[in-house]
Amino acid sequence: MTENAAGWFESIPPDDPDAAREAIENGSAESPDDWPAQAVASGFAESESDYYGTLHEATRHAAREAVEERERADDQQLKHAVRAMDDAERTANELAERLSEWAGSVYGESGGGVDYARDVAGREPSDGVEERIVSLAERVVSLADERDELRGFVESNAPAVAPNLAAMAGPVLAARLIALAGGLDSLAKMPSGTVQVLGAEDALFAHLRGNAPSPKHGVIFTHEYVRNTRPDERGSAARALAGKLVIAARVDHYAGDRRPELDAELDERIERIRTRGGQ
Amino acid sequence: MSLPDGVQRRTIAGETGLATRGKPVYGEPTDGEWRRWDPSRSKVGSMIESGLDTGLEAGDGVLYLGAANGTTASHVADFAGPTYAVEFAPRPMREFLGVAADRENLFPLLKDARKPETYAHVVESELDCIVQDVATTGQARVANLNRRFLADDGRLLLALKARSEDVTRDPAAVFEEALDTLEAEYDVLDTARLDPYHDDHFAAVATPK
Repeated sequence: MTENAAGWFESIPPDDPDAAREAIENGSAESPDDWPAQAVASGFAESESDYYGTLHEATRHAAREAVEERERADDQQLKHAVRAMDDAERTANELAERLSEWAGSVYGESGGGVDYARDVAGREPSDGVEERIVSLAERVVSLADERDELRGFVESNAPAVAPNLAAMAGPVLAARLIALAGGLDSLAKMPSGTVQVLGAEDALFAHLRGNAPSPKHGVIFTHEYVRNTRPDERGSAARALAGKLVIAARVDHYAGDRRPELDAELDERIERIRTRGGQ
Repeated sequence: MSLPDGVQRRTIAGETGLATRGKPVYGEPTDGEWRRWDPSRSKVGSMIESGLDTGLEAGDGVLYLGAANGTTASHVADFAGPTYAVEFAPRPMREFLGVAADRENLFPLLKDARKPETYAHVVESELDCIVQDVATTGQARVANLNRRFLADDGRLLLALKARSEDVTRDPAAVFEEALDTLEAEYDVLDTARLDPYHDDHFAAVATPK
């Protein structure tokens, strides 16, 4: 028997639910086979009905555990992660500026940013001052690395938390919207006009005080559909995008299944906005 | 059209329609052990209502792709034999687990229907029926990939949601294209629109080539 032809029950005891879960979740086979008959022949089950009973227990246990694990990747963890990612980035940039000023005075260079910090961090310090400078550069580098790790975490977790929102907005923007709203449930309950200006609270309150025009967009400006739409149609694009993002968030919060047609509806809508009125 | 054993047309709560025997799942009206099978909430229910010969029989081995929270899969499991139900999203699966707990012949699998090799070590071969109710792009391709589970005289019941393929195109054209794709692995026996139960949904009954 080739390895391909092994059923989930091969090499596990009939009464070990966790081993069964592991086998069902991570096993694979190119083709199915008459598993009930094989399970009886190999002594895993006494009869086919006995096999089905065990299978019923095992598949339910496996699915329940997997569901719980996937749901633990929740919106609150995502919120913390994306905030930490932004903090790590801001702090890395701030320290990189300080480093560039200090290192410039000692090495007579004019480098800046995280790349310069990487360069400095690789040097051998020759006195007490250089020791501090190189050490500071190492902090900058490790903060920038942490930011990258956090971004990776956000990118892999956002689709599990909010599959439709993450597909439509991209995982990082999806996470930012969830964080700004305070959670997926709050985002799902927001009117789309609020989502449109999330992250532009300063401009919004200036407008409400009567000193400024109403903001057309908040963080959703980072979305390609707003940024790459010509300025006089950007407000419409932002409104359309916000409307669909809220629907995606509601589907994610209340239903949880992936609905690709939502993306297609948005694509179509933006296409119409971009082509109307000539240009 | 004869109904499979275990499915009957019955009058429950003043309305006549399909019914199966089992524990109620979604608040549907019941009459003793029978519960109403609402075709506007179930693609397979509406296929039967629209007169398609689904070939379903009591005791059939079934692979149900896209079980969601189990509304239809529960009715199928009420009269079918071993029923393997694949669903990819955790949240509907959580509800589905409650449905599966009451049905010894219903086996939930949290798997991606586009990757049959991840469940071929669990789902048995030579099944009588595949229900393809996954609303994703490439719905016909998913059916083709899962051909391996079906007996040569088995049936594929495909529900196609035109909007999942391409919202901008004419639903009928989308359906034509899906049937073309299907021809690679199946002979299509019959088709129907699922209006008025499901807008812009089509159904096909097919058998392996």
